[in-house]
Amino acid sequence: MKEMGIRFILMVNKQGQTRLAQYYEWLTLEERRALEGEIVRKCLARNEQQCSFVEHRNYKIVYRRYASLFFLVGVENDENELAILEFIHLLVETMDRHFGNVCELDIMFHLEKAHFMLEEMVMNGSIVETSKANILSPIQLMEKAS
Amino acid sequence: MAMHGMRGLAIFISDVRNCQNKELERLRVDKELGNIRNRFKKEKGLTPYAKKKYVWKMLYIYMLGYDVDFGHMEAVSLISAPKYPEKQVGYIVTSCLLNENHDFLRLAINTVRNDIIGRNETSQCLALTLVGNIGGREFAESLAPDVQKLILSSSCRPLVRKKAALCLLRLFRKSPDVVNVDGWADRMAQLLDERDLGVLTASMSLLVSLVSNNHEAYWTCLPKCVKILERLARNQDVPQEYTYYGIPSPWLQVKTMRALQYFPTIEDPNSRRTLFEVLQHILMGTDVVKNVNKNNASHAVLFEALALVMHLDAEKEMLSQCVALLGKFIAVREPNIRYLGLENMARMLIVTDVQEIIKRHQAQIITSLKDPDISICRRALDLLYGMCDVTNAKDIVEELLQYLSSADFTMLEELSLKAAILAEKFAPDLSWYVDVILQLIEKAGDFISDDIWFRVVQFVTNNDDLQTYAAAKAKEYLDKPAVHEKMVKVCAYILGEYSHLLARRPGCTPKEIFSIIHEKLPTVRTTTIPILLSAYAKILIHTQPPDQVLRNQIWAVFTKYESCIDAEIQQRAVEYFALSRKGAALMDILAEMPKFPERQSSLIKKAEDAEGGTAEQSAIKLRAQQQPSNALVVTNQHPANRAPPPVSVGQLSLVKAPSMDDTEDHSIERAPSQENVNISKVDPQAPSADLLSDLLGPLAIEGPPGAAVQYEHNATPGLDSGPDASAIVPVAEETNTIQPIVNIAERFRALCFKDSGILYEDPYIQIGIKAEWRAHHGRLALFLGNKNTSPLISVQALILPPAHLKMELSSVPDTIPPRAQVQFPLEVVNLQPSRDVAVLDFSYKFGTNKVNIKLHLPALLNKFLQPISVSTEEFFPQWRSLAGPPLKLQEVVRGLRPMALTEMENLLHSFGLMISQGLDPNPNNLVASTIFCSEKTHGMLCLVRIETDPADRTQLRMTLASGDPTLTFELKEFIKEQLVSITTVTPAPPAAPPTPQILSSDPAALLAGLLS
Repeated sequence: MKEMGIRFILMVNKQGQTRLAQYYEWLTLEERRALEGEIVRKCLARNEQQCSFVEHRNYKIVYRRYASLFFLVGVENDENELAILEFIHLLVETMDRHFGNVCELDIMFHLEKAHFMLEEMVMNGSIVETSKANILSPIQLMEKAS
Repeated sequence: MAMHGMRGLAIFISDVRNCQNKELERLRVDKELGNIRNRFKKEKGLTPYAKKKYVWKMLYIYMLGYDVDFGHMEAVSLISAPKYPEKQVGYIVTSCLLNENHDFLRLAINTVRNDIIGRNETSQCLALTLVGNIGGREFAESLAPDVQKLILSSSCRPLVRKKAALCLLRLFRKSPDVVNVDGWADRMAQLLDERDLGVLTASMSLLVSLVSNNHEAYWTCLPKCVKILERLARNQDVPQEYTYYGIPSPWLQVKTMRALQYFPTIEDPNSRRTLFEVLQHILMGTDVVKNVNKNNASHAVLFEALALVMHLDAEKEMLSQCVALLGKFIAVREPNIRYLGLENMARMLIVTDVQEIIKRHQAQIITSLKDPDISICRRALDLLYGMCDVTNAKDIVEELLQYLSSADFTMLEELSLKAAILAEKFAPDLSWYVDVILQLIEKAGDFISDDIWFRVVQFVTNNDDLQTYAAAKAKEYLDKPAVHEKMVKVCAYILGEYSHLLARRPGCTPKEIFSIIHEKLPTVRTTTIPILLSAYAKILIHTQPPDQVLRNQIWAVFTKYESCIDAEIQQRAVEYFALSRKGAALMDILAEMPKFPERQSSLIKKAEDAEGGTAEQSAIKLRAQQQPSNALVVTNQHPANRAPPPVSVGQLSLVKAPSMDDTEDHSIERAPSQENVNISKVDPQAPSADLLSDLLGPLAIEGPPGAAVQYEHNATPGLDSGPDASAIVPVAEETNTIQPIVNIAERFRALCFKDSGILYEDPYIQIGIKAEWRAHHGRLALFLGNKNTSPLISVQALILPPAHLKMELSSVPDTIPPRAQVQFPLEVVNLQPSRDVAVLDFSYKFGTNKVNIKLHLPALLNKFLQPISVSTEEFFPQWRSLAGPPLKLQEVVRGLRPMALTEMENLLHSFGLMISQGLDPNPNNLVASTIFCSEKTHGMLCLVRIETDPADRTQLRMTLASGDPTLTFELKEFIKEQLVSITTVTPAPPAAPPTPQILSSDPAALLAGLLS
């Protein structure tokens, strides 16, 4: 049967500190630490002229850098890489719409909101929603309520 | 302020951020964990708000990589909180911290279920998301029906339904045996009519999983997918919110095309046409634009469209267009597009007929191999590896060798393995192969596995004419100053075995060879010393007349190692010393190593294992295996249009001609069976079962995987003389009849109805065939694949054509190089109608073993049939004008296996008859028509009517009519044979009894012998 497409989404700053981690397959803490260490080392060493895809073990990392923050998405080998690359951008634009020019600190101090958005966009490794209005409506609802 | 109320959390995050080093961070985190633990323990009555704050802290700590082994209960308990903000935190944190096997999760099942079936849609969404992310078996058991109901519920809003769809996907993936999706095809189809693109996006993921599991059940969804794709690609009714930089949801477009790739083919002509129009639109209408995001999104769609075109059996023109696009992509600077161009071009290799076009881009691909970006190098390497064949192996492998010196460290192992495999698979000559491997060892010794040098030793041992060359090369390499230890091993081994062949060359006296090797001894590890000792012992016995000085030198070495602490070295030293004092006895024991039995290349096996076996790769492999033989590797390629020199023409022999009055059933005597294939061979050493069959992978179109093993079963008894014995004792000649490892009768039968496949295979050779038919002409290509590491010699192929066929065979080379394949064309002209069968008389020698086989060639009557549809107005006048024998013949055929009418239609269709529906008013009857082509009859219309009896399906009446009496008769007999043989398919006899070898050289006599 077809496996899930997205295995994990990581946001890491250029010092290699994890700012958000969402896994769609269960890994133990040790496995996560090892994986994050390996791929962060691999991706952060790359320059702007190199492509946005890195092959790691039996899957791929599609990544994109925004200022000091790297967005790393682990996908199956047969996933459509450019679609994932633009999905990262969609995530960033959605955060922009909410925070207004999102930066590392926004994600750091509003971890729960970043999680809420991601939860609306991806479920179990599949893309659920790509309309920014729909993604943000539960958060807006909650803010109105409080 | 967005963070209001969670000040504590913000302070904690900020504290952690300000920590100067990892140690301070750990102290701060530990303090916080202690604090949270205390609160949870002491204050039973924590407010949901306080719990929420602590639970977020836990998640934050966990994300930083610290173990959080408590508080899970508190996170789970928040799920039942009455207020939405707490509930939401409970759900999200639970799904981050716990997995499906966690005990606490079980406590939440009831709450989760109540939320799912409840009326509050925000709670529904939270619960569905949790189950969709971490739901396990118990969730599937208690929730699947509820979730299924929600997906299609008309009272639910899209935001709930899309989540329900992905929730079901999770449950189905995790427990397909619990989630009942019978009858879901209709519901899926209904779901795909949905207008909301959010619901469609989620549903398409669900569909991909369902279809990948069982595509047959979901074919009704196929036209719906095409419609969705059309709607998006043409931007019809797509809300602004789902348009991304002007492109209607690229993600849904990609997903939809992915779903379509799980259907094996698209039969419905309307859907097919619409789809191809849409794909064409995408292929042609995607331009490079300035905006990066727009460009990426449109190319995401374009690459998926390319994949879909490759998957669908597209027109050659469209495929060429795809290759042209990819060719453009691999030449651009933009690294992402170039990477994807390379990746997709490698996928394209599995499509037949485009390999040649891809080869034109070789130079460009090699440029990418040298790119500083390792991701791009990898793709280029993969593509070069895939496109390599005998025509370009030399260039590609030499590029790889060159690149070894500058390649990224992490690429070296893969690179050297691939170079070694390509050199082995496609070596135009074996000395080149030896050169490549030695260069590999020289340049990347640390990355060369032992398998690689073992393999080269096997080749050298098995090929006498290679030994001198290899020995000379080995000496050359050892002469160099700094030599890698692996090089010492392989060279010492080769020189030990074969340096005596160089004896007359300057600098190659035994003494000199010994000192070259012995110089390296101080530099090697203990594991290499035994190889050197063996080499010394061998050099010693090959020194004729004996050289006292050399002997004393070598004995001194043996004596020195007699007390070595390493048991292996010690034993060898002691034994070689003792043996070498025995004189003559040494000769036998230290003689050259016998030939190795054929075995699977462990390199290639390793490469296959290393591929990791992801779904995609295995799918590609699977598809590649289904490719007909154009993927063949061909040495000695003859241009197809060159008139080949005839070899055995003019021997058109008279074969038993069918008499007109003979209406007896011929099928039995004609059915080629295994008795017809007579193989005799002398085999002192049964090849081991692990054949090199994988090397000939592309040829193995439908080889049963267990065949080789079965062969071993049949052939080994009685052949126990071990390989060691054969080295010394002259081989006793012994005749055996061995079994081919495929069922020849079945192969032949299969080839009667298709145009490419395996005709014959035994442990040494595989014979494939590919045919093209046009009117009364045919062009066959026979592929002979040598499966061994030694050459097949005295290869002879003789065609014994029946009287009605003119066959011209191009010259067959006398020798087939090790593991090469040669192709030779065979031109066929059909002179007149006949059911007789041409025979290929084929023989070869492997070592001392001679094998002779006779095979029927699938150039049958039906190959010259071309289906044609005939209207009522044309049919009846014809039918009436051909009145009675001999132009119209009728026969009742009895004793058939009961066959449904549709089955019979398919059968007739399979050999080139066109069924005319509704021409015969009686639904139990079939009417069919075809054109038969031969030099004598030209294209001649044949009409067939079959009347079946619904009460007794074991009999039927057949009426045949054509303008030629022989044709009418032969076609009638042919159809009858097919109807009968399908009924009486019996398994071939397990072992062919040894048939005496027919010695006559008269092809007619041979053929008569075969057919009797």
